[in-house]
Amino acid sequence: MTGKTITITSGKGGVGKTTVTVNLAVGLGLRGKKVVCIDGDIGLRNMDVILGLENRIVYDIVDVVEGRCRLKQAMIRDKRLPDLFLVPASQTRDKNSVTPEDMIRLCDEIKTEYDYILIDSPAGIEQGFKNAIAPADQIIVVTNPEVSAVRDADRIIGLIEAEEKGPASLIINRMNSAMVNRGDMLTQDDVNELLAIDLIGLIPEDENVIVSTNKGTPIAFEGKTKAGRAFQNLAARVEGEAIPFNEIEEKMNFLDKVRKLFG
Amino acid sequence: MGFWNRGNQSKSSNTAKERLKFVLVHDRTDLSLEKLDQMKNEILGVISRYIEIDPDLVVIDIQHDGREQKLIADIPIKNPRRK
Ligand SMILES: Nc1ncnc2c1ncn2[C@@H]1O[C@H](COP(=O)(O)OP(=O)(O)O)[C@@H](O)[C@H]1O
Ligand SMILES: [Mg+2]
Repeated sequence: MTGKTITITSGKGGVGKTTVTVNLAVGLGLRGKKVVCIDGDIGLRNMDVILGLENRIVYDIVDVVEGRCRLKQAMIRDKRLPDLFLVPASQTRDKNSVTPEDMIRLCDEIKTEYDYILIDSPAGIEQGFKNAIAPADQIIVVTNPEVSAVRDADRIIGLIEAEEKGPASLIINRMNSAMVNRGDMLTQDDVNELLAIDLIGLIPEDENVIVSTNKGTPIAFEGKTKAGRAFQNLAARVEGEAIPFNEIEEKMNFLDKVRKLFG
Repeated sequence: MGFWNRGNQSKSSNTAKERLKFVLVHDRTDLSLEKLDQMKNEILGVISRYIEIDPDLVVIDIQHDGREQKLIADIPIKNPRRK
């Protein structure tokens, strides 16, 4: 088997990279795929709590790289799915403890047994970002429909092109349909036109994301919620299915639909 | 623009989009508005040495085509007055 390594990154921080990575992993896991998540944010470990696995960490990625344990010993199994694993970041070490070469070696090893490796990148353009994109077969850039997030996304997309790792694909997270409908939020078409890369995910703003994060149960397990369904659609698109981008439109009320018709 | 979208110009998303278009062009080319103007003036200076043009009718601008930036120039030539 040779798996695919997907790195999730962004220009601006706090746009939802970790949320996306975890939920894409669950979405792929629900489709029966073997998935390993790597927390690339060394020094700011986060994926463990978002996945609800924080109590089970013994070793982390720096232990693997520095030879204190075998890779398999650092992979924490998520008990809710048969084949979902997390390689946690180190909380105490700095980003320079891992090099791009380490990441490539690690991913090459994992790839032989798993379908997907998902790497959660830290924001920005420093060492952590370089580590995260080095082994990537595909890079997904997460943004929010806001000026600063879109501007920073454009910068990171340019860098990915310059590193010959492009073209990246795009996820627009935290779309607020009410604001879109009244013209106070950039639409998916606006962002598409500005950034000009392929859209792969459209995730609505949804309070349930925070509720599920509180509980340590990723929202993608709950396909009935807006965001949960959007993450499951994202997983399907990553697997090559052509799913229409209707995650936001569906919430339009009657009046908005009439408006759109006459618009 | 239809009846229902009257006043669309004042929607904040339109403002955001227009501002972003501008910012991204300059970010991508690493060219400030000032530098762009300076370049335009130099280009016009060179052209004027050979043909007569009306600087007020000249459009030199950066546009984007997908993720590619293009320098677009529209420089009408003044009709030479034949005697
Ligand atoms: N679609 C969403 N709806 C509501 N809240 C969200 C959504 N996506 C992310 N969040 C919240 O935004 C915050 C930042 O998300 P996070 O994934 O940690 O961002 P990053 O990893 O890019 O820093 C978190 O509190 C998260 O719960
Ligand atoms: Mg994060």
